[in-house]
Amino acid sequence: MRSRWSYVYFLFYLLLGFVLLFLNNELSKAVITLMNVIIVLVPLIGTIFGVMYYYNSKEFTELLLAQPIKRSSIFLGQYLGVAGSLTMSLVLGLGIPFVLYGLFQSNAIWDFSLLLITGAFLTLIFTALAFNIALSNENKIKGFGYAVLAWLFLAVIYDGLFLMSLIVFEEYPLDSLSLAATMFNPIDLSRTLILLKLDISALLGYTGAIFKQFFGTGLGLVISICMLLLWTVLPIWRLGHIAKRKDF
Amino acid sequence: MIHVENLYKKFGKNQVLSGLDLTIDQGGIFAILGPNGSGKTTLIKAILGMVIPNEGSISVLNTTIKNKWKYRQEINYLPQIANFPGNLKVRELIAMIKDIRQKPSEEENLIALFGLEPFLDKKLSNLSGGTKQKVNIVLTFMFNSPLIVLDEPTTGLDPLALIHLKELIFKEKAKGKTFLITSHIMQFVEEVSDEVVYLLEGKIYFKGSIEQLKTKTEETTFEHAIAAISTYNHHD
Ligand SMILES: Nc1ncnc2c1ncn2[C@@H]1O[C@H](COP(=O)(O)OP(=O)(O)OP(=O)(O)O)[C@@H](O)[C@H]1O
Ligand SMILES: [Mg+2]
Repeated sequence: MRSRWSYVYFLFYLLLGFVLLFLNNELSKAVITLMNVIIVLVPLIGTIFGVMYYYNSKEFTELLLAQPIKRSSIFLGQYLGVAGSLTMSLVLGLGIPFVLYGLFQSNAIWDFSLLLITGAFLTLIFTALAFNIALSNENKIKGFGYAVLAWLFLAVIYDGLFLMSLIVFEEYPLDSLSLAATMFNPIDLSRTLILLKLDISALLGYTGAIFKQFFGTGLGLVISICMLLLWTVLPIWRLGHIAKRKDF
Repeated sequence: MIHVENLYKKFGKNQVLSGLDLTIDQGGIFAILGPNGSGKTTLIKAILGMVIPNEGSISVLNTTIKNKWKYRQEINYLPQIANFPGNLKVRELIAMIKDIRQKPSEEENLIALFGLEPFLDKKLSNLSGGTKQKVNIVLTFMFNSPLIVLDEPTTGLDPLALIHLKELIFKEKAKGKTFLITSHIMQFVEEVSDEVVYLLEGKIYFKGSIEQLKTKTEETTFEHAIAAISTYNHHD
């Protein structure tokens, strides 16, 4: 099941890569369009695949639990299986068209690599969040609902709330608030990270500008990567923690 | 072999086991009995480490099992509800479990014994309930382990398969294995078990031989003795 779907996912990215390059006709422009797609779509796919895989392999899990296997290995193995194959599909699917298009001769290579790294982080993060939600909810429909809500919140609603708060608290200095707000949302964090690297002030937006002003580009990059790492490690750690306590 | 001390387990507000103590010595067949929902499966799963107790300790083969997993290599477990991954073929499932266990196995004889050859290339989701249970039995008996735990092994079996199952149990018992069996089929329990353990209200209410149970309840048949014991505590 896992391999078939990651195949489809791979083909999708392959196609996306070719279409974008065909339409944009220029690597660096394609990278920007790609960023917008990756930042929304990759988390969604990670969420859906994570939840579906967990519930679909429930019988399998129960079978393994009675065998001489460590609990954490069962769940981490499943998680890494899903997150790993999704990441592979992303990297290969997008990598192939860009490489064929002459990525290695272009100066967009670092931007592109960072894009893929961010995509990999987002996959790891959202698959881990999805596994967390699924493990905490026996009910499939509920688990699925919560996971999609979590995605919706981080991808769409969060920004809306943030903008609203900017308008409401207009008179106050909001730098640290908006910095914190960015840190607490892996999607915003990824966007800021990529835009910092691309160094496109026009697209950077309010938080990005503050980020840059606050840390400078170099430190900003390092800090946002560290935050993404933290965002990855924490849910994985919690996954092992819940798995240890759960009854089957 | 198994030592359970002061075991507590609740699911939400539902207190299933409350201060259960149980010692199972090596060798022999122990039947765990009790009404539906009395916590037999919960106790078994706690011994297997699938259910995590709220309190108390369990040791299997002289080691406490908390956070351990290697001891499961010494246990063959037949789950009450055989929830197998439906998209696997019987052959693939057997191969997979063998791969995990990395132990010598003798599935061929068992497959032949239960007439499962025609089903080896069928998917598990397409098997009848009884056939699934036969696969379940093959998976349980194909390894040589000192402890065998059977949760309702007779469910769905036809009479012939039931006879084979009993033969298998006796054969393994003769090798000095220890069995933990739950069943609601009193005739089966009476035939196979050396000792019965009666679970009620989260504790061991009775542990002893069938003869002792009959004496205690002043009943002449095992079935009536069990019926009597389950109404006992309403009287006193
Ligand atoms: N994973 C679980 N989550 C919540 N409640 C559970 C869980 N497993 C068991 N229970 C509850 O614990 C109680 C004991 O269940 P258990 O399966 O141990 O009973 P049993 O003695 O095996 O019954 P039966 O004879 O029907 O097999 C039941 O009330 C059941 O609803
Ligand atoms: Mg049961």
